[in-house]
Amino acid sequence: MNVKNYVQFEFFSCPENVSFARSCAGAFAAQLNCTLSDIEEIKLVVSEAVSNSIIHGYGNKPNEKIIVTASIGYDNSLEVAVEDFGKGIEDIEQAMEPAFSSDATRMGMGFTFMKSFMDKVSVISEVEKGTTVRLERRFALAAEADA
Amino acid sequence: MNIDCKHIYDTLIIRLVGELDLLVSEKLRDFIDIKITENKSRVLILNLEKVSFVDSSGLGVIIGRYKKISAKKGKMYIAGAQPMVEQILVLSGINKLIPLCRNEQEIMENYREDGI
Repeated sequence: MNVKNYVQFEFFSCPENVSFARSCAGAFAAQLNCTLSDIEEIKLVVSEAVSNSIIHGYGNKPNEKIIVTASIGYDNSLEVAVEDFGKGIEDIEQAMEPAFSSDATRMGMGFTFMKSFMDKVSVISEVEKGTTVRLERRFALAAEADA
Repeated sequence: MNIDCKHIYDTLIIRLVGELDLLVSEKLRDFIDIKITENKSRVLILNLEKVSFVDSSGLGVIIGRYKKISAKKGKMYIAGAQPMVEQILVLSGINKLIPLCRNEQEIMENYREDGI
């Protein structure tokens, strides 16, 4: 990706910050040439990734660090990385399966939504070191949309 | 998140305003569970007309309340989900378990047809 603009922000892993993170990501994504419902989808996937870091990465410990980095490319693409330094994921394949959840009170739909709304979802994780979820999507350029 | 609650006989109507995510999911779950127990509710109507956002933490609360009320042979309905929220409910398959209705009135009319 040829980066046109980028932002990075870090915050504590408390539930109050989930809405902060998705609102920031949504506001940044508004620079893309995309629709309002695209922005809603971006907010959803960021909410899922950040919630995963809080719940699974940090086991709900509220004062650990989460870093969100978002970039917009000249090709009208968006890349968002959500990084935590928590316990990591042992079996990434299993974690990404629909309705798999190590926590029975949640739906286990987080990765399903991420995969549904983004072109590419990649996870890099190391046990006891942390997890980075990278979310990528390219939106149609104005010229392509007209064609 | 604002929660408004109303009982009509054994029906519990929960009207939510705001965003349904990790921050509010636990509070909402406890609130509804207490009301279901207090009211001995057999029907739960979740009004989402003024809910602008739901993620999987929110879906977890919804599906959990469905299981709870179903275990008591009760019914649950969702009223007035906005398009993005509705899309999430459909994608998660919740709509196959809990009927999505336009508004509370439509549910009340269905009741009579169901003979509840």
